[in-house]
Amino acid sequence: MSKGARLSFGRRLVLAAPYLWISAFFLAPMLFIAKISLSRSVLAIPPYEPVFSRTDGLAGWIEKARALNFDAYRTLFTDSLYVESYLSSLLIAGVATLASLVVAYPFALAMARAPRRWRPFLIGAAVAPFWTSFLIRVYAWIALLKDEGLINHALRALGLIEAPLPMLATTGAVVVGIVYSYLPFMLLPIYSALEGQDETLREAAADLGASPFEVFVRVTAPLSREGVVAGALLVFIPATGEFVIPDLLGGSSTLMIGRTLWNDFFSNHDWPAASAAAIALVLVLMIPLLLHERGRMTDEEARR
Amino acid sequence: MSGEALLAVEGLCKRYGAVTALDAVSLRVAEGEFFALLGPSGCGKTTLMRCVAGFETPDQGRVLLAGADLADAPPHKRPVNMMFQSYALFPHLDVFDNIAFGLRQQKKRRDEIEARVASLLDMVQLAAQGARRVNELSGGQKQRVALARALAPGPKLLLLDEPLGALDKKLREETQFHLKDIQRRTRTSFVIVTHDQDEALALADRVAVMRAGRIEQIGTPIEIYDRPATRFVAEFVGDTNLIEGQIERGAGAWFASPFGRLPLAACDLPHGARALLSVRPERIGVLRAEENDATGLLGVVEDFVFRGETTLLRARMGDGYVLRVSHASGGAFAKSERLRLTIAPDAGVLFAREAS
Repeated sequence: MSKGARLSFGRRLVLAAPYLWISAFFLAPMLFIAKISLSRSVLAIPPYEPVFSRTDGLAGWIEKARALNFDAYRTLFTDSLYVESYLSSLLIAGVATLASLVVAYPFALAMARAPRRWRPFLIGAAVAPFWTSFLIRVYAWIALLKDEGLINHALRALGLIEAPLPMLATTGAVVVGIVYSYLPFMLLPIYSALEGQDETLREAAADLGASPFEVFVRVTAPLSREGVVAGALLVFIPATGEFVIPDLLGGSSTLMIGRTLWNDFFSNHDWPAASAAAIALVLVLMIPLLLHERGRMTDEEARR
Repeated sequence: MSGEALLAVEGLCKRYGAVTALDAVSLRVAEGEFFALLGPSGCGKTTLMRCVAGFETPDQGRVLLAGADLADAPPHKRPVNMMFQSYALFPHLDVFDNIAFGLRQQKKRRDEIEARVASLLDMVQLAAQGARRVNELSGGQKQRVALARALAPGPKLLLLDEPLGALDKKLREETQFHLKDIQRRTRTSFVIVTHDQDEALALADRVAVMRAGRIEQIGTPIEIYDRPATRFVAEFVGDTNLIEGQIERGAGAWFASPFGRLPLAACDLPHGARALLSVRPERIGVLRAEENDATGLLGVVEDFVFRGETTLLRARMGDGYVLRVSHASGGAFAKSERLRLTIAPDAGVLFAREAS
């Protein structure tokens, strides 16, 4: 592009800023982790080798580079723990994403239809939980869900149950925790998509014979698709790698890749395996993003 | 009015807080009629239309369609369709699906829908555009899709909210003919809301002129133009000269204007009453002063604009009064040229002076 060549230095700097940021704080650490994932685990500090050092010289570096291998990745496939962790993570994140959608959509709809002057307060209320620590909010769920917790107390006081329901330390508790913690990420994009909809479109649909429910199915919902997809990605991606929630609310049987990773790093000191798992997680999570991006591209292509 | 009233609006009132949008509005629209609601913005014409479509609930009064009260019918149950000013096309659907929306709602068979949409696409001259996305269309094409979509379910009554408002001038004229043609072919009653008097006069069989929530006059375009019922109608529809003066009765009726006495054909105002005489610019006859005719009022050309088929003159009369005169062309005028202007006894419309 001839136009690109004429960009001033200042504009280039502005355009480059996000790329520099991503390079420095995402790409560079990723490269370190990628390198560790190709290393071998040893009992030392740091707990892997080879460690490249400036004193090695070029020959030494080549020597050491030869020692890099894909063994850690092989374990990802041979050790069923990893495959199961990934699948279980994807499943839990998927269920939690769906549940978030079911919970968030009505809220978003109600917010978007509320009188205009109420809306800032409603948005404020939706993000208010972020003012307190994430950790404390997840801890609070322990107090709600545990055998002697509020919910079991209430149910027993009402005489609905005799023995406490085991809720804490279950996969269900993890799903609840994820839905609760990530709800605003689902809520806000959907709200934004709904709030921006032209009201006359709904009137036009009603005018053409659509009942309020049919208006929702045929107009409102399809037009909010972008918001739903954005919200789903914003919940699904971090939820898949979530560590704190399964650690606090999950049971010993709740497998999630975040926990497996943690154990590899801090309990087993197998940094190469943990790094390989982390890299694989990034790749796994890229897939839905790429699919979404490709879907959007073909959509726009079709519109042309 | 031919046939029975398809739409009857009776004593409709609607208030928004302190604002009265509709003040006891009544009107009737016959089957197959092309009816226009004409008025400046804020006159209540859109509110009236939305009451008929069911998007607004009137505070008082009734809306009857073919004799049935629509009060309890929500918009989706009214056999009335609306073409929105913004067109309100569904951006997630292509042209075909937009037009088919109402037909799918009626649970029509697939082949029926396809045939109906194809014939509508044909009618609005978009036969090859069915698969296109609506946001790829030009303004004129969108307008036609909106029209086809509103006609698709076969409504008895079609409401059109400023249907030509978003089109440029040339396209608007073309579309006027098209719209009228479609109205005739589909034998649907059209009620059009517009602030453009040319549009209302050109399209409608009858026009209701509205002002501040009230109907000032209902009549054919010719009645509205030639016999405006109020000063507002005279000024709003077309161009006019409003001449202040006094009634003189004796041997016949006269209108004493600041620049001379004008004979009146008919007058029901008493002697001495203060009145306004509204005279259209093209109803004023122009004679060259040197044509040596004794009749007519003396005026001087202050300014003129050549407009092709007509020349618009500003003639300064006695007492400094300026009359606008539209003269069927024939020869140029000169500034300060002396003219004799004639106003026939039946050329004007008389209004009693509103107490101000």
